[in-house]
Parts: sequence; structure tokens; C-alpha cells
Amino acid sequence: MLQSLSEVVLKVEGLGKDVPALAGEGADRLTILSDISLAIRGGESVAIIGPSGSGKSTLLGLLAGLDDPSRGRVLLDGVDLGALGEDDRASLRAEKLGFVFQSFQLLPMLTALENVMLPLELAGRTDAHGRAAEVLARVGLGERLQHTPLQLSGGEQQRVAIARAFAVGPSLLLADEPTGNLDPHTGERVIQLLFDLNREQGTTLVLVTHDRELAARCDRVLGLQDGRLVSGA
Amino acid sequence: MMRLALRLLRRDWRSGELRVLLAALLIAVTCVTAVAFFTDRIGQALNRQAGELLGADLRLLADHPIPPAWREQAGTLGLRQAEFRAFRSMVMAGEGARLAEIKAAAPAYPLRGQLRIAPASFAASQAVAGPPPRGQAWVEPLLLQQLGLNVGDRIEVGDVTLRITAVLSAEPDRSGAMFSIAPRLLMNLADLPASGLEQEGSRMQYVLLLAGPAEAVTRFRVAMADRLAPGERLEGVRDARPEIRSALQRAQRFLGLAAVVGVVLACVAIAMAARRFARRHLDTCAVLRCLGARQAQINRLFLWQMLTLGLLAGALGSLLGFAAQGVLAALLGPLFVVSLPPASLLPVLMGLAVALGGLLGFALPPVMQLKSVPTLRVLRRELGGLRPASAGSYLLGLAVLAALVAWQAGDGRLALAMIAGLAATALVLWLGATLLVRLLRRLPRRGQVAWRFGLANLSRRPGASVAQVMAFGLGLMVLLLLGVVREDLLDAWAGRLPADAPNRFVINIQPGQLAEVRAFFREVGLPEAEFHPMVRARLRAIAGKPVVADDYRDEHARSLVEREFNLSWATQLPVDNTLVAGRWWQAGSDGKIADAAQFSVEEGIARRLGITLGERLSYDIAGQTVTATVTSLRSVQWDSFRANFFVLSPPALLQDQPASYITSFFLDPRHAERLDALIKRFPNLTVIDVSALMTQIRGIIERVVLAVEYVFLFTLAAGLTVLYAAIQSSLDERLRENAVLRALGARRRRLWQSLASEFVTLGALAGVLAAALASVLGWVLARQVLELDYTFNLWLWLLGPLVGGLGVGLAGLLGTRRVVSSPPLVVLRQA
Ligand SMILES: Nc1ncnc2c1ncn2[C@@H]1O[C@H](COP(=O)(O)OP(=O)(O)O)[C@@H](O)[C@H]1O
Ligand SMILES: [Mg+2]
Repeated sequence: MLQSLSEVVLKVEGLGKDVPALAGEGADRLTILSDISLAIRGGESVAIIGPSGSGKSTLLGLLAGLDDPSRGRVLLDGVDLGALGEDDRASLRAEKLGFVFQSFQLLPMLTALENVMLPLELAGRTDAHGRAAEVLARVGLGERLQHTPLQLSGGEQQRVAIARAFAVGPSLLLADEPTGNLDPHTGERVIQLLFDLNREQGTTLVLVTHDRELAARCDRVLGLQDGRLVSGA
Repeated sequence: MMRLALRLLRRDWRSGELRVLLAALLIAVTCVTAVAFFTDRIGQALNRQAGELLGADLRLLADHPIPPAWREQAGTLGLRQAEFRAFRSMVMAGEGARLAEIKAAAPAYPLRGQLRIAPASFAASQAVAGPPPRGQAWVEPLLLQQLGLNVGDRIEVGDVTLRITAVLSAEPDRSGAMFSIAPRLLMNLADLPASGLEQEGSRMQYVLLLAGPAEAVTRFRVAMADRLAPGERLEGVRDARPEIRSALQRAQRFLGLAAVVGVVLACVAIAMAARRFARRHLDTCAVLRCLGARQAQINRLFLWQMLTLGLLAGALGSLLGFAAQGVLAALLGPLFVVSLPPASLLPVLMGLAVALGGLLGFALPPVMQLKSVPTLRVLRRELGGLRPASAGSYLLGLAVLAALVAWQAGDGRLALAMIAGLAATALVLWLGATLLVRLLRRLPRRGQVAWRFGLANLSRRPGASVAQVMAFGLGLMVLLLLGVVREDLLDAWAGRLPADAPNRFVINIQPGQLAEVRAFFREVGLPEAEFHPMVRARLRAIAGKPVVADDYRDEHARSLVEREFNLSWATQLPVDNTLVAGRWWQAGSDGKIADAAQFSVEEGIARRLGITLGERLSYDIAGQTVTATVTSLRSVQWDSFRANFFVLSPPALLQDQPASYITSFFLDPRHAERLDALIKRFPNLTVIDVSALMTQIRGIIERVVLAVEYVFLFTLAAGLTVLYAAIQSSLDERLRENAVLRALGARRRRLWQSLASEFVTLGALAGVLAAALASVLGWVLARQVLELDYTFNLWLWLLGPLVGGLGVGLAGLLGTRRVVSSPPLVVLRQA
């Protein structure tokens, strides 16, 4: 499964995140992530596991530049996300990043096809339609292009979300409990799909889960406890 | 359950969930109560102002001394009283003798308005508190001129000699008798017995003036109306001159309209805010249901919340409304001659009614859907959204609204017209919005990504787009109506009384003098004037049934029947008249009207006397009976100050009857001497000066225009609330959507552009609709409700889409800036 272990694509140094302890009272702050440092190489698949509330989603959000860290920095392909403005981070995401959410986050009034076309259009790709149809076919939904999320089952919706994430051919794919809302069987199919695409496209995969079995299938496991990294349990 | 409801409500309040709904509700109640408080006070003040034209709030006229019972009743009710007697008599000075209209008044006269006197003819006048003291008289300039007298000279009234100490410039109730024949002499009532004129059996009118709080006046009216003896007549403010009555009616319609529009807008805002509230509570309800809450319990929970919210908003809004109204009153108060009376408490009830009615009628339908949210939603959020609003679910709300409209309109026909108008407006809005959104879908998808994206978004959720175009359209329509059409309407109304509206009437012109008088007008440079024939007649029978005064309950109708009518004839429908039923007579090819036996009757008097189209009327004209069929009904603009008649016929019917002529024209005050020359040359003519009355009416119109503009300011606030609520209504969805887009890598600029293109398009579409509706509504309002001329304003078509596109675009971006600026991490936190 290991490809040529290329250079580090994602580097995290001393990352920390605080939130206000009580809404409205600025003084007391609650630390939800502290002192996270890690490095992920191109093509690697990494699982982040940890109990609910340990800060997994927060970490993933910071990795994607969806929020600003309180301390430390995130380097994506050597570029410090903290040094970029919101918009430049967005452009970076459009170019290099795919995202899969636990709750799918498909836009309800768009069809499956349109949902997948979205990041392609945002990246200014002219072949959005063809490419989207192709990726949807790859995830086994070639027949459901014109269906809206409400007409699809949970597993199908997550497959559309995966197609959307892979459409632009990202170099890094982040998935936050992608099977959390699915039954074990469907979850298994979705995970298989993720790994297949990861292999086919040489994508780096960072996966949040609390399923140890699933985690074990990744190259590396990072444990998170109370906002700190613990040795991969 | 109530405790839980309150606790949740508090929680919602703290988290800001309720802000929009409460704001919509509060603005609604505030604007409605402010309008109500204010119109209440202005209405009272207007009535009082109009009371000046009677010199009182109410007056009793009798052809015999006023029975003591009347004074006692007035005394018990705490009404102020004053008295005068009026009659015609010759007055003498040296060799000369002239007919004068004498008024002998008690010191308390007048109760409303003011007498004005001047030291000499045409000199500046000043207000005085009461009639001249004993031994003195004030007379109108015409009498001085006719008798060759000056201020300071003596004049004989019957057996008493009075000294003329001033020229009488204005009497508050002089206008009450436009067709007075002779100039006025005002004297003290205490001098009357010495004149010996009372015993002479001359026709004397006894008048008791009453004034006081509105309720007391009404109580008096109600108590005494049935006890009117023959020869007695009650006149209230509303029975005052038709000119004043039309001005007042129009004013109240304007104000009522402003209030109704406010109520409707408020309800739309409430409906939209409540829908958002319900949508945001779907999860809470799903969880409650999971925890075992029954549907009825959930219903009760939200009912309690709505009730609390309604009472809160009703009370708070009324308070705010009162404060807002106080500011207005402070601004406007000085403009009223009479001090603004305190507001009554009725508007508070209205505020509560609006809050509860609005909530129950418009907030409940979506909120009541919460009970049936599927429990499974806890697991799958996309399950069990709100069903789209159906007209049926808002039936209660529409009924409440209709009731409010009816209450505001005050009269059934107007209420019905308004409700029909509102329904038609809603329908047109819906049809127009649906059509425009459909067209949008057909539009080829070209151009910039952001633009395409925005447009695509609009046609992707046609339901929401239609709803928003409707809401924006409604808001914009009101803005346009207020900004452009209102201006036009008020101008049209003020234009009714242009600076050169006729201010002098000349009556009693004999047919033989007509040519001469016409020539004289030209000679001295008086304006070209129309001369209308006038035939005095008494109504004898309607449809063959003899007319008896006692058959009419309405005092006004009774007095109409007892009086002589002025009939006239005409070939063409007079300019100030509009045909409301039947047909106007047409001349045949020979220029003659084939059937001369036709009458055209003014609709107001027809209603009062129970005359309908097709009936035959018989008039007694100098002992001869003339009968003809009513072939048309007309409405007449009485406030145009041109000579108008209740009953008209083709020339052939009345031509041979004894007639005199009347004319009206504008006399520039600088050329007053031209009129003197007319009187010198034709001493039998009577000139009536209505400029004082016109000044009073102009004053009322000006004040009303001001009031209406301020009242519309509140309606404007309601219109803006609708726009705000419409933007808010889609905020949540956009928030999530844009967070996803940003997670997928969309730049903020692109999101701004996409949002802007959406809002600008929505606004421009709504603007087109709004322009169309505002044009039509402006026309309907002008012609049907306010009876004014209206010209279409082409600016609307430019302003509508422009203001719509820019305004909604800007407001939309401002209202949704959170969408673009909040960190996209929200989508992760929503799992
Ligand atoms: N914006 C925030 N405000 C307050 N607390 C937060 C915020 N974001 C995260 N948290 C808290 O930080 C902790 C970690 O959250 P999260 O990253 O979602 O955990 P996980 O995904 O591992 O379940 C939780 O205790 C959560 O309540
Ligand atoms: Mg999480």
C-alpha cells in the first residue's frame, strides 16, 4: 500500500486551539487542542482516533484551514496556512483538498451531478459536467445523476460526497467520521471506496474515526485524548 | 408545560432565536398603534377643527325659542352652551335702508373657532373672543358700502341704534349658509329685546350651540335625536357643509389606508419570521418527540409561547407606539389651531389584537407543523422539513386581517373593496412572481461563474424564489406607493383647490340681465365665467308617493325635504361630476334631446331620500307640478367650489320655469373694486365671498397631508420590515450552503458576487412587479377610493427595478454578510 514515500505534504507544528469558556465572557478560555505536532507524507493514509469530544473535528478543521489556530502552524505543501488570507486558503482548498463530512453536507436543492460539479466549477474547470459524471460512475451512481439528495439513501449520499471530494483530484483528502451516519455494511462499502480512490489517485488520506478496526487499515494511527496526541494506541 | 414553554422561550430569547419574530411583531404593533393613536387624536382634532365651521360641535336650530329641556340635558352632560338668533331685517342709516342678515349672539358665542374683525374695510383683521358689547354692531364691508357708511357711524336695527365699531371679517359659522342673501350685521343678544324685532313675527332662527368632549356630544345627540319637535333640527360636524365633509372623509380614508397597509405588511413579516422560527425549532421538536412528548403537548408548548410573545409584543408595542405618536404630536401639534386632544386607550386594544391576531393567524400555521415532525429527524436531519405554506392554513389569519381591515375602513363597502384589492394584489404578486421565475429558468446560462451560479440558485428553488419575489415586490410596491404615488395623490388632492379656484359666487342674476352681466364681466376684466340657471322647487313625490318629512328618520333627510331645492338644466355632464349609474342624456342628430322628462340626481341625496334609478320625481315649481324620470345618478366633487346641483334636467324640461342664474369665479383680492362696480350697476345681485371658507378648507387639507405623510412613515417602516424578514428567511440555508462552498474552496469574492447576483435579480424582478402594481393601485386608489384624477407616472417603471435591484442587492448583502464572514467550520460543527 505504501507508495514511494515522498516528501512531507502536511506538517503541523505546536498546534493549539482555545475557545471562550463561557459565551460572552472573554477572560476564561478553554483549551481544546494543545501542542499538536505531526507530519504526513504524500500518499500516506492516516487515521485519527479518539473518544468523542477529544478534538478530532477541530483538528481536521484546522488542517483544512477552515478555522484559525490559537497557536502553532499548519504547512500544506510547505505553505503556511496561517500566513494566507481566507480567500487564498479557499483557493488552496479548491485546488488541493477534498473533504468528506459525517453528515454528508450535500446541497439539498442540487442534483447529485450538480453537487459533484460544484468544486469543479469553482476551480474553473470547463469539463465539469463530463468529469462529474465520470466520478459518479466510478462510485457506482452513474444511474442516479439527476436525483437530489432527498431521493438518495444515506450510503448513496455519502458516495456522492466522496465523488464530490475526489472530483478535482485533490492531493489531500480529509474525512471526518465518514461512516458515522451509516450502518456497518454500508459504512464498509464507503470505506472501501475511499481506500480504492486513495490508491488509484495517489491521494493522501486523513481519516477521523472511532472505529479501531477501520483505523488499523491505515498506514498510521494517531490517537487524540483531551486535545493532545497520545501514542497511536 | 407552561413552565417549560417559558423556559424555552427565555432560552430562545437569549440565543437570539426570537429576535426576528419579536422585532417583526413589535414593529407591527408599534406602527399599527402609533397610527391608531395618532389618527385617533388627529381625527378628533380634525373634527374639532371642522367644528369651527359650525362654531360648535353640535347645534340645535329651531324656528321657535329653544325649549329649556335641551339646555338642561346639555347642562347635565357638562356641555358648554352658547346661543344666537338669526333673522333678516332692513337696517337703516340716514336715508338709506338695506336688507341685512342679523345675528344677535350671546357673549359665549362662538364655542369653536374665532370671530375676526378689522378697523376698516379690507384692513388687517384680528381675532376676538366674542360678539360686540351692548350698543355696538360689527358689519360686513358690503353693508358699509351699500349704505355709504364708515366704522364709527350709527345704524338702526329696528328700534335700537347701534354704533358700528368694527368691520366683521370672518365668522366661524358664516360659511354654514353659503346662499345668504344679504350682508351680515352682528350684535349683542342683550340688545335684541330693545329692537322690538322679536315680537314682529319675523322669521327668526333660534340656535343653541354646544361643545364638549366627543362622548358627551354623542350622548346628547343620541338622547335628543328622538325628541326633536317639528321645526327643530340638529346639526353636527358631519352635517356641516358638503365641502368640509368631503375633505374630512377623504382625510380619514387616507389615514385609514395607511394603517391598513401597515397591518397587512406587518402580518406578512410575521408570517415569514414565524416560518423561520419554526424551521429552526424542528430539531428541538424531533428531540422532544423522541423523549416522548405527545403532539398535543408540543402544540400546547408553542401555543403558550405564542401567547406570551403576543401579550409581550402587544404591551411593549403599544407603549412604543404611544411614544412614537407623542413625538409626532409634539411635531405636529403647533399646526393645529385647537390643541390635540389626548389619545384614547382604544389603540392599546388594537395593539393587543394585532399582536395576538397576527401571531395566531400568521405565526401559528408553520409553528403548528412542528408537532408532526418525524422523530427520525433526530437521525437524519434532512427528513421532515416544513411543508410549504398553503393559503388554507392561513385562513384564520386572513379572517383576522379582514376583520382588522373592516374595522379600520369603518364602512362596509370600503372594507370590501380593500379586501378585494388586497386579495387581487396577492394573486397578481403570486402570478407575476411565478411567471418571472419561470422565465428566469429559460434564460441561457452564460457569463461569469458567480452570476450563473446566482441565477441557477434562484431557479433551483423556485418556491423560495417566488416567495421572496412576492415579499420584496410587496415591500417595494409600498415604497413606490409611498414615494411616488402618494406624492401624486396628495398633489392631485391639493390641486383640487388651486390658488385660482372660484372664491366668489354671484347669485340672483335675472334671465334678462344675463347678457348685460356677461358683457360687464368682460368690460371690467373679470374672468370668463359660466352662468348656471337655477329653478327653485319643492320635492312633492317620489315614484308617485307623496314626500312627507316625518317619513324620514334621518334629520338631514328631513331638513332636505322641508327645504327648497335648486334645480338646474344642462346639456353636458358638468366637469366636476361623474356618472355612477344610468345614462346621461344625448342630443339627437337635430341637436335636441328627444325625451326632456329626465332627471339626473346626485348619488348622496338619492341615497338619503331613497331615490333609485328609473323612479319618477315630482317637483312643485311656483305652484306647477313637473314630473320626470330619474335616468342617471352622479357623484359630485363638492369641494371644487364650483356651482353644482343635486338635480339636473335637460334644458327643455325646465327652460320655461322662472329661473335665476348663478356664477362662480376667482376674484383676485387686488381687484376687489371690480366687484363693487358690479354691485353698483346691478343692485339686485348678491355676492357671496367663500374665500374664508376656502382658507379653512385649505388649512385642513394641508394639515391632513402632513399627518398622512407622517403616518406613512410608519407604513414605510413596516415595508422595510418585510424586506428584512424576506432576507432573513433564507439566511440559514445560505449560511450552510456557503459554508460548504467555502469548505470546497470558493473564494469570498465569488460568494459575494453570487449572492449579489441573486439579490439584485430578485430585487429587480420584484421591482418590475412592484412598479406594475403600484401603477394600478395608484390608479384604483385615486379613482375609486379617493375620487381624484390620476395620471400614470412613468418614473415608477424606472425606479421600481432600479431601487429594487440596488436596494435589495445592498440590503441582501448587508443582511447576509455573516454568510460570507463566519468561519466555514460551522458545517463541521453541525454534524
Ligand atoms: N466553537 C467551540 N466553542 C466551544 N467549544 C467547542 C467549540 N468547538 C469545539 N468545542 C469543544 O471542543 C471539544 C472538541 O470538539 P470536537 O473537535 O468536535 O470533538 P470530536 O470531533 O473529537 O468529537 C468538545 O468538547 C467541544 O465541545
Ligand atoms: Mg467530531
